[in-house]
Amino acid sequence: MALKKVKGNFERMFDKNLTDLVRGIRNNKDNEASATTRQFEYIVSFYLQAKYISQCIEEIKQELRQDNINVKCNAVAKLTYIQMLGYDISWAGFNIIEVMSSSRFTCKRIGYLAASQCFHPDSELLMLTTNMIRKDLNSQNQYDAGVALSGLSCFISPDLSRDLANDIMTLMSSTKPYLRMKAVLMMYKVFLRYPEALRPAFPKLKEKLEDPDPGVQSAAVNVICELARKNPKNYLPLAPVFFKLMTTSTNNWMLIKIIKLFGALTPLEPRLGKKLIEPLTNLIHRQVAYHLNKKNKKLNENDNKWKTETKIKNAFTSAMSLLYECINTVIAVLISISSGMPNHSASIQLCVQKLRILIEDSDQNLKYLGLLAMSKILKTHPKSVQAHKDLILACLDDKDESIRLRALDLLCGMVSKKNLMEIVKRLLGHMERAEGSAYRDELLYKVIEICSQSSYLHVTNFEWYMTVLVELIQLEAGSKHGRLIAEQLLDVAIRVPVVRQFAVNEMTNLLDTFAVSAQSNSMYEVLYAAAWIVGEFAAELTDAEKTLNILLRPRQLPGHIQGVYVQNVIKLFARLATTCLELQDLPGIVRLCDHVLDKLQHFLGSSDIEVQERANSACMLIEMLRKALTVTLVDETQPASIPTLAIEIVQEMALLFAGELIPVAPKAQRKVPLPDGLDLDEWINAPPPAEDNSSTSSDHDKDELFVSASQQDSEPAKRRPSQELTPEQLERQRMARLIEQSNNPNYLKAAPASASAAAALAGSSSNNSNADQYDNIDDIPITELPLDIEGVAALRVGITKRSDKYLQEQQAAEAAQTGKSDKKKHKKGKKSKKSEKNKVAYNNSSESEAEPKPLHIVNTTLDMPEGVTLSDSEDKDGKYDPNDPHRALDIELDIAVFESVAAATKTNTEATASSSKSSASKKERKSKEHKSRKAQPQAVPDLIDTGTPTPTGAATAAVEASSSSSINNNVEQSAAQHKKKKREKSEKSEKREKREKSAHKSSSSKVSKEASSNIIDVEPMDIVAEPAAAAAAATDAVKAHKKKHKKDKTESKQKLSHKSLDVSGYEQPLGISTPSKEIF
Amino acid sequence: MIKAILVFNNHGKPRLSKFYQYFDESLQQQIIKETFQLVSKRDDNVCNFLEGGSLIGGSDYKLIYRHYATLYFVFCVDSSESELGILDLIQVFVETLDKCFENVCELDLIFHADAVHHILAELVMGGMVLQTNMNDIMARIEEQNKLVKQEAGISAAPARAVSAVKSMNIPQQIKDIKLPDLPQAIKDLKF
Repeated sequence: MALKKVKGNFERMFDKNLTDLVRGIRNNKDNEASATTRQFEYIVSFYLQAKYISQCIEEIKQELRQDNINVKCNAVAKLTYIQMLGYDISWAGFNIIEVMSSSRFTCKRIGYLAASQCFHPDSELLMLTTNMIRKDLNSQNQYDAGVALSGLSCFISPDLSRDLANDIMTLMSSTKPYLRMKAVLMMYKVFLRYPEALRPAFPKLKEKLEDPDPGVQSAAVNVICELARKNPKNYLPLAPVFFKLMTTSTNNWMLIKIIKLFGALTPLEPRLGKKLIEPLTNLIHRQVAYHLNKKNKKLNENDNKWKTETKIKNAFTSAMSLLYECINTVIAVLISISSGMPNHSASIQLCVQKLRILIEDSDQNLKYLGLLAMSKILKTHPKSVQAHKDLILACLDDKDESIRLRALDLLCGMVSKKNLMEIVKRLLGHMERAEGSAYRDELLYKVIEICSQSSYLHVTNFEWYMTVLVELIQLEAGSKHGRLIAEQLLDVAIRVPVVRQFAVNEMTNLLDTFAVSAQSNSMYEVLYAAAWIVGEFAAELTDAEKTLNILLRPRQLPGHIQGVYVQNVIKLFARLATTCLELQDLPGIVRLCDHVLDKLQHFLGSSDIEVQERANSACMLIEMLRKALTVTLVDETQPASIPTLAIEIVQEMALLFAGELIPVAPKAQRKVPLPDGLDLDEWINAPPPAEDNSSTSSDHDKDELFVSASQQDSEPAKRRPSQELTPEQLERQRMARLIEQSNNPNYLKAAPASASAAAALAGSSSNNSNADQYDNIDDIPITELPLDIEGVAALRVGITKRSDKYLQEQQAAEAAQTGKSDKKKHKKGKKSKKSEKNKVAYNNSSESEAEPKPLHIVNTTLDMPEGVTLSDSEDKDGKYDPNDPHRALDIELDIAVFESVAAATKTNTEATASSSKSSASKKERKSKEHKSRKAQPQAVPDLIDTGTPTPTGAATAAVEASSSSSINNNVEQSAAQHKKKKREKSEKSEKREKREKSAHKSSSSKVSKEASSNIIDVEPMDIVAEPAAAAAAATDAVKAHKKKHKKDKTESKQKLSHKSLDVSGYEQPLGISTPSKEIF
Repeated sequence: MIKAILVFNNHGKPRLSKFYQYFDESLQQQIIKETFQLVSKRDDNVCNFLEGGSLIGGSDYKLIYRHYATLYFVFCVDSSESELGILDLIQVFVETLDKCFENVCELDLIFHADAVHHILAELVMGGMVLQTNMNDIMARIEEQNKLVKQEAGISAAPARAVSAVKSMNIPQQIKDIKLPDLPQAIKDLKF
């Protein structure tokens, strides 16, 4: 045995170690510097290297087969390096686990490193590791545990989180600060994968905020900061603790985090903002002094390495980082405070001035950050930023693309009627000069965005705007925004009648001169718009025949554009024929027919079926006319008079295209009441579905011009299946999606935003008899989403019973008027303000769809049912993410809470009286609650999102119970107490969750009554301004209960540490959960 | 949260890659490549923040990078991190490397990739910043290195001897003797 070992050691000496591997790889390729220049040699060296590596992998496989752990360890270390070069090493997973399980720290470390690089939460092998990791976590050696935690943090899976949550929690109270720190951070990862852990762990986490070790403190702050991104209101009660930390700590990193956290909290609690201003300004002063100091000191040092420079820079940034965050938060605070009252504009002004200093700084980083912060102010105080237009325009010339993009963003918010033309001119100039198609595209997009925002609020001259659009096309940005320009052209031509004459002539020129390049440039889309415009507004054309000829010119174009060409050729034809009629010009009309028939042959042969079909029908139409004409030509007795039949045909044709198109709101269809007996869910034909089942188009076949071909294709396909779902199915699907999403850390940020949608949906489904109809709304393709809820709202308000057509006309008139009135009238006040608020929403959607809407929203807000109003206001904040309405569902509670908190803070003096009120609101929300609760058991992760993350059992109990209390309101007090005891026990036990559920089921909801009564008392006081009082009240209330139960419960409290924690845990929930409780 | 930490040299060769969110190996390489292309075309005197980069992207994410001599240190972070704070962190990381390797250079990172990982693990854990105080970080690293040395003890002595001989690397040194590059010299002769 011993011999074997020695032999193993001896052999090992001659194995390659990591260094050898690296050296070998490097020897097997050429000099890197030459790589780019000498392509061939590069490829050769690449293959040499690949060959060498595959050789090494073979060797490693050999080594892994040996018994000696050191050999394996060496092999795994090499694998880790090879992984970095892009080779899959998951095949060695089992060996990695072997190495991880070695008792030696050296091997363990290598093993965990390899694991952290190649394992991921879905790795099946992770099942094998649970016990090993647990052993490591409980190891005597703190570094064993530390390494295990580091590794685990990279690959922790939901199963591991569930199984190891307790061990990690124990580590949080370890005697070693190093482990406490790591364990605290680790808990966040656990929460992400296993949200149930949050509630029991929260008291401990909170305790760590006051840990004697600054590292642990900082870690706890970090974790809470991350948690607060999801649901800040839960952490509002912690504000006093953070406040204390902020004023006492000197750890920059932690201060930054705290300040960031406050930035997130202030919007929820305006008074917090007021309190913050002073210490923040103090901090700013302190930092400025510190930073000057340090900068000077560093400048005096003379070091000649490359590090010196960066050291100075670093000293500079380390101070600046905090300073910047302070300013940022002050801005956030000021914004949240001043949104109501105007007298804070002075301080905003101050902030803007400070930012100006940052932007003028020579340090590019500060410049960038200054612009970033400026854009935050811009959202609420555009006026004050506008004063610095010069500065921002100057930034457009910066050589740094990041800065230019930021400046562009800012410019968008700064335009006014006066400066629009100037800014656009600057931007166009930039576009000509700018290199890089991505940046040019961005510029183009911004130009259009700037001009079209808020229904062209700032455009005073639409001929100018048309020209700009044409110029944009001619700039050939290689742009992907062809469709956007096309939409703009259509939109302006339709909505601004006065510009039509100008437009058709411009478009004729465009059609004439536009050269379709073979590149995969989407700019040809504009032809689609141009062709449509000249056809539709043919009456405005000075020389319709010329235009007709241009359209008939054979060109290589995509099918959908050719289709439009054909369609508009008919329109032009009808127009020309009518003029011929008026002139009694028989030969002219005959010539026209022959000419068009001849040219249409080209389209008849098109490979696109749509074009073929249209060209065919066009030919048939014209041939019909032609026939009617030939009849008379044969009959030579009556020269030069057009037969009545032909006249009729021409008139009918003209009639086809008569009438003006007006803009239709995307949701207009919904205002049409569903006729009796029409069941859209029924197949009209047996599947596969006929093409136009769900098409919203109406009488005119021109309508399809408004809907691009691709959209039409996808729409029915998406819609069809979704409409067949029953509400239960929908619900189930949503829950499934929810689970998936809350498991996915990427959804962190979107969560609060989507809450609005949830609230809205829930609101509509519970309050409205048409609920089902609206449930389907969220299955409508993405493009339409931003307006969904508004549409619903409008409909609901549409109880005003205006007919659909009437509404549409009104909208058109309104739209046209805004277009016109912009020239003369200067409408200010409510309207413009509101549209300002809506800006963000506009930025996302192509505004041409959204235009007529905002006015409606504004007018109707007050009448709207609860759910809808919420989402609307959310929409204005720009937080509403239209991409996925479903993700919102779970957070419905959230938003309600959010709102109620806001309400409570406003009216908090009345809040005391709210017991009766709250019961009323309880009932109101009952149905919602009920729905979402039902889903809860399956939707494990939804706990965090639902806004019940109130961390301890009692709180949950209350929340859950109050929901169930709607079912079962009269249970005795004693039952409640009984349950509370149970809860105390179960909190400690590992199977807490199960118990909770079973207890919940059996004894239902007495706790809630108790808890909520407590809460009602506490409610008004639980405001940051009087945190102490609130805490005291809460603790008193709880302690009273606590004492009762403690006596008989002693046996369950074996662990001392747990006991104390438990107490604190017990007082905590009320304090923390109060806000969320207010709903009930 | 930090989503990824990448270190690559002026030619885009990866020297360290740490992803705190799972991507498969080919995607990782693609991300490194794309990031390199984004970062390398920027001047030294422009700002250290970059938006975009489709792979790692998402509007919430930013690239924050620093360029030291031949190496780029790139952190991909979301909006909950402070931009300047991360710049500091990069500085701390580099200074720590400098202390550990005594005048760190690219070669150190190449040959001690594992050690760099261990150092990084003391700064950032699972995408969250663990420790920013350099003295604390150094203390932790030294303690761990001590532990490794203890374990190695006498049993590792022969191995060390061998590796010492190996690192003398005689064949390589012979190779390394600079002779004029013959083919190149011949090429140069032609006009």
